[in-house]
Amino acid sequence: MPENKWKRGVAVAGVGLSKFGAFKNKNSRDLFVEAYQDLMQSAPGYDPQRVEAFYLGNFSSDQFEKQAHLAPILASWVGLSPIPTLRIEDACASSGVALRQAALAIASGQYDVVLVGGVEKMTSLDIAAVTEALATAADTQFEVSAGFTFPGFYAAMATAYMKEYGASRDAFYHVSIKNHRNGALNEFAQFGQTIQDIMESKKKRAAEKGQPVPQWENEIDFLGDPKGNPMIAWPMALFDCSPVSDGAAVALLVSEEIASSFTDTPIYMIGSGQASDGALPERENLFSIPAAVEAGRQAYQMADLGPDDIDVAEVHDCFTIAEIIATEDLGFFARGQGWQAAIDGKTAREGSRPVNTSGGLKAKGHPVGATGVGQVVEIWKQLNGIAGARQLQGNPKIGLIHNVGGTGQTCVVNIFERRT
Amino acid sequence: MENYSMNSNDFYTALENGTLIGSRCLDCDTLAIPQRQICPKCLGSNTEIVEYSGKGRLSAFTVVFVPTVQMAQYGYNAKNPYCVGVVELEEGPSISAQILDVDLNQPDNIKIGTNLIMTTVTHGDDGNVKTLLAFKPN
Repeated sequence: MPENKWKRGVAVAGVGLSKFGAFKNKNSRDLFVEAYQDLMQSAPGYDPQRVEAFYLGNFSSDQFEKQAHLAPILASWVGLSPIPTLRIEDACASSGVALRQAALAIASGQYDVVLVGGVEKMTSLDIAAVTEALATAADTQFEVSAGFTFPGFYAAMATAYMKEYGASRDAFYHVSIKNHRNGALNEFAQFGQTIQDIMESKKKRAAEKGQPVPQWENEIDFLGDPKGNPMIAWPMALFDCSPVSDGAAVALLVSEEIASSFTDTPIYMIGSGQASDGALPERENLFSIPAAVEAGRQAYQMADLGPDDIDVAEVHDCFTIAEIIATEDLGFFARGQGWQAAIDGKTAREGSRPVNTSGGLKAKGHPVGATGVGQVVEIWKQLNGIAGARQLQGNPKIGLIHNVGGTGQTCVVNIFERRT
Repeated sequence: MENYSMNSNDFYTALENGTLIGSRCLDCDTLAIPQRQICPKCLGSNTEIVEYSGKGRLSAFTVVFVPTVQMAQYGYNAKNPYCVGVVELEEGPSISAQILDVDLNQPDNIKIGTNLIMTTVTHGDDGNVKTLLAFKPN
């Protein structure tokens, strides 16, 4: 029997998203209101009076905006006081974990209706300060002090992966190209441009300035040139890295038996798992994230499903190598096969294993505390057939989200099902 | 090794003396670096401080062109990058450290599995000197 201690089922009854990007005049509360209004517009059955608790995923408004204790402030701002509120911090997995915790609260019988939010306002600081703030999600005493940055951690995992499986940097380029192609079809994405678009605009700009026009033949050629794609932490270059972003997302979670009173198109949270881990040097190897494997195992077991049952997945591609490792950790591909699968287009929308149809963290953007709930928004759209130009064919029925904090010190995996 | 306590900051105190310390579990012999009060394997509390040989091999690395705030203060930048990696000690456990004397211009030439020996690197100026762990090819 699958491991499922939930006392009752939980459904998503509506979602909302702000545009992701860099917005000078929007702070956390403005971003949150934007996502909240999107929920109100897209879920006609939403009634604020029925919300019993508010769970907020947020990494570090204290560092980014000098504002802690954000949950009651946001709840009050949209008129939800005096319901209980709390903020959950698990680095970049904050709102994926908030979603799971809200589901557990409903499954326990304590609440019937919980609003889950995720928000991060990052561009209020300069890039050095953003880097420093993000670094506090790692072990500052023993890893950051050695000189590791977040791109550096994943770059080190990339060198271990390349050595173990003979992968080339080309595989990383293919992840970036694919996610930009998806993001270009997502009106909420930070980057509405394909790598091809970016390359052509750089050529055009050079010509306009009377400078020598770079002779990039194609996207791979462009990404392989440090002039087009400067190195951040070898082998991770600029277009391997997700951007610094502002954004917010919300999801309305309700108990299964009342879902139809909110919407005709609920999706059901049928599997959930979460795990933790220590710093990189404590791991047996560096080409897998053990917490992701464990969170996935729990979620599959609870849902009584396996990797082959997943029709669409949003995975935590904070760096391109992270997507490749995620597709192996979740069992979509065998160990060492993820990089070739990326090159072969298997993770593209038309491929056998569509991954990050939203554009992923790479192209949609990565306002860290908003990312987990943002992933659910895409699964909601894909399962309900409302993803527009990027809609998958074949009526996807089962979707999965994989949200990582730090370099895998936290990982949460949640699985959703459409039943109509 | 009675000079050092299990408090995590003593790892750096030892390093200032050129010594790489960790811990050994007196019950199951498991080694750890930095030192741990609780054995990561058997979860017992019976651990003692040990000194490592400082020999190891490179198991993963990166060359950082956009440095941490601290490393930027020490003068590193895109034109003056540095290498940092995970080093597996001869005795078994692994630790993160800066890697010196490798080809920063050709990271392809830096090989996982390279034998390394411990050294230290001192950053900052008077009043705020920091001694950090580093390794170099052996």
